[in-house]
Amino acid sequence: MKYGTEIVFSAILTLIALLGAAFAVDDAFRYHMLIAVVLLGGFTIALMRKEDFAPAGPVDDTRYMDGPIRYGVIATVFWGVVGFLAGVLVAAQLAFPDLNLEPWLNFGRLRPLHTSGVVFAFGGNILIASSFYVVQRTCRARLFGGNLAWFVFWGYQLFIVMAATGYLLGITQSREYAEPEWYVDLWLTIVWVVYLFVFMGTVLRRKEPHIYVANWFYMSFIITIAMLHVLNNLAVPVSFVGSKSYSAFSGVQDAVTQWWYGHNAVAFFLTIPFLAMMYYFVPKQVNRPIYSYRLSIVHFWSIIFLYIWAGPHHLHYTAVPDWAQTLGMVFSIMLWMPSWGGMINGLMTLSGRWDLIRTDPIVRLMVAAIAFYGMATFEGPMLSIKSVNALSHYTDWTIAHVHAGALGWNGMITFAAVYFLVPKLWGRERLYSVRMVNWHFWLATLGIVLYASSMWVSGIMQGLMWREYDSQGFLVYSFVETVAAMHPYYVMRVTGGLFYLTGGFLMAWNVYQTIRGRVRDETPMGVPAPVAGAAVQPAA
Amino acid sequence: METYTAMRHLADSWGLLAMVLFFIGAVTFAFRPGSRALSDDAARIPFRDE
Repeated sequence: MKYGTEIVFSAILTLIALLGAAFAVDDAFRYHMLIAVVLLGGFTIALMRKEDFAPAGPVDDTRYMDGPIRYGVIATVFWGVVGFLAGVLVAAQLAFPDLNLEPWLNFGRLRPLHTSGVVFAFGGNILIASSFYVVQRTCRARLFGGNLAWFVFWGYQLFIVMAATGYLLGITQSREYAEPEWYVDLWLTIVWVVYLFVFMGTVLRRKEPHIYVANWFYMSFIITIAMLHVLNNLAVPVSFVGSKSYSAFSGVQDAVTQWWYGHNAVAFFLTIPFLAMMYYFVPKQVNRPIYSYRLSIVHFWSIIFLYIWAGPHHLHYTAVPDWAQTLGMVFSIMLWMPSWGGMINGLMTLSGRWDLIRTDPIVRLMVAAIAFYGMATFEGPMLSIKSVNALSHYTDWTIAHVHAGALGWNGMITFAAVYFLVPKLWGRERLYSVRMVNWHFWLATLGIVLYASSMWVSGIMQGLMWREYDSQGFLVYSFVETVAAMHPYYVMRVTGGLFYLTGGFLMAWNVYQTIRGRVRDETPMGVPAPVAGAAVQPAA
Repeated sequence: METYTAMRHLADSWGLLAMVLFFIGAVTFAFRPGSRALSDDAARIPFRDE
């Protein structure tokens, strides 16, 4: 039987969810468990229908396992569009409060749906998919663990749906980027450990003696996220059939734990594995090895050693001890160096092939992504300085910074990876439309510029208005006056988000047509790339 | 808070020293004599596959 164990496992989980719904102590938990019953029950039935009783043939170990990667790329595109849409919606709610549809679709519930949707669903899926792709090809070994890679894919989707539906039902533990409650956290822990097992197993049975640097970045991502996730979510549930839990920490310890997790989610989820993607996809797309392999190793160790200490910069001027705040600030400033070392390494890989920026929109996406990475990793250390933070903290400046990094760096390098992977995974000669990639690039760039610049202006204005005193020592503005002043910028932000979302739709269409095997009739971009060695282009 | 004090002292003495030494070791190892050829070879790994 092909899926014997899987069917039994899935059926047992369905039963557990059903029991959870039956004995639930609160309504939110009951509805949440019923959603799980539908999802898991449906999955069990689907597996049964796919069951094949013929004896399974031997697995060809010389072939790569690309099935879960194909699904992962499709999931990336799907969740990307959903996450951007949720982002546009919450941005519109801030500009026009009437759009808050109580109770399920108010800002408080949709906002974590947006952040988790783009970070964990869109970002997480491309990280899992690309790590499976890269580890097989740089180790020249098939994924370890057979169907466990499928478990990682489907288990992760279950986590995403349970997290998202939980937010809409009002289930949250109110920890930034870690809102899901204890039972969803436990499920993610299981999925993540299996992910580690599959990845490390593949590395261990590699045929290539050296472990390529991208795999080092992926490994540190998987291990560190496991550690961060478990420690940050240590909590005691009120009931094993209820949706409420209390953190194991209290007061300032809780705050420090949350931001140790929160900042390292930015570090070890949104930076380090995306650098792994840079170290594989940029050399592949420009057909040149990385500028300096030794710099990439120094980059790895320095970024690992520094990032983990930067969290307290989120807690400047709070009850956190002053030395801890200063420590967070100093490490954040030091981070500037390895970040720019990595940026230079990525950009200089194009040395001698800069012409590709003109002719290949995928390279254009990559270069823009790395440039945004450099910009965000300069702005971050600057914002972590206490006196700058005094102005920027709690204002939209932070939002501008996060989105320059997320839309620019994470988004664009992901789009580039998707466009690189789709023709390869489905065996197509090229994408449906390269010109559409170019359109996507410009829509995304324009969207980011609108978004970030409006939030910079709005944030600095907000910060300055908050601290404005008159000659008598009274505050000049009331809070609501700052809110009213920000309205035009909020509308601009929605416009920027709409541009970015439109780009996402273009990508979905392009990917869909490529998978169907269609090729758009269009004039190629620029001139054909020169033959290697021929001096058609001046060396940069 | 005894655990706190102990951790705090470990962090700014032996713990700090161990991490700094490990880091210096890793960087020195990356730039050791003869590593250039090995690194250039490793950088070509993504192209060996197809």
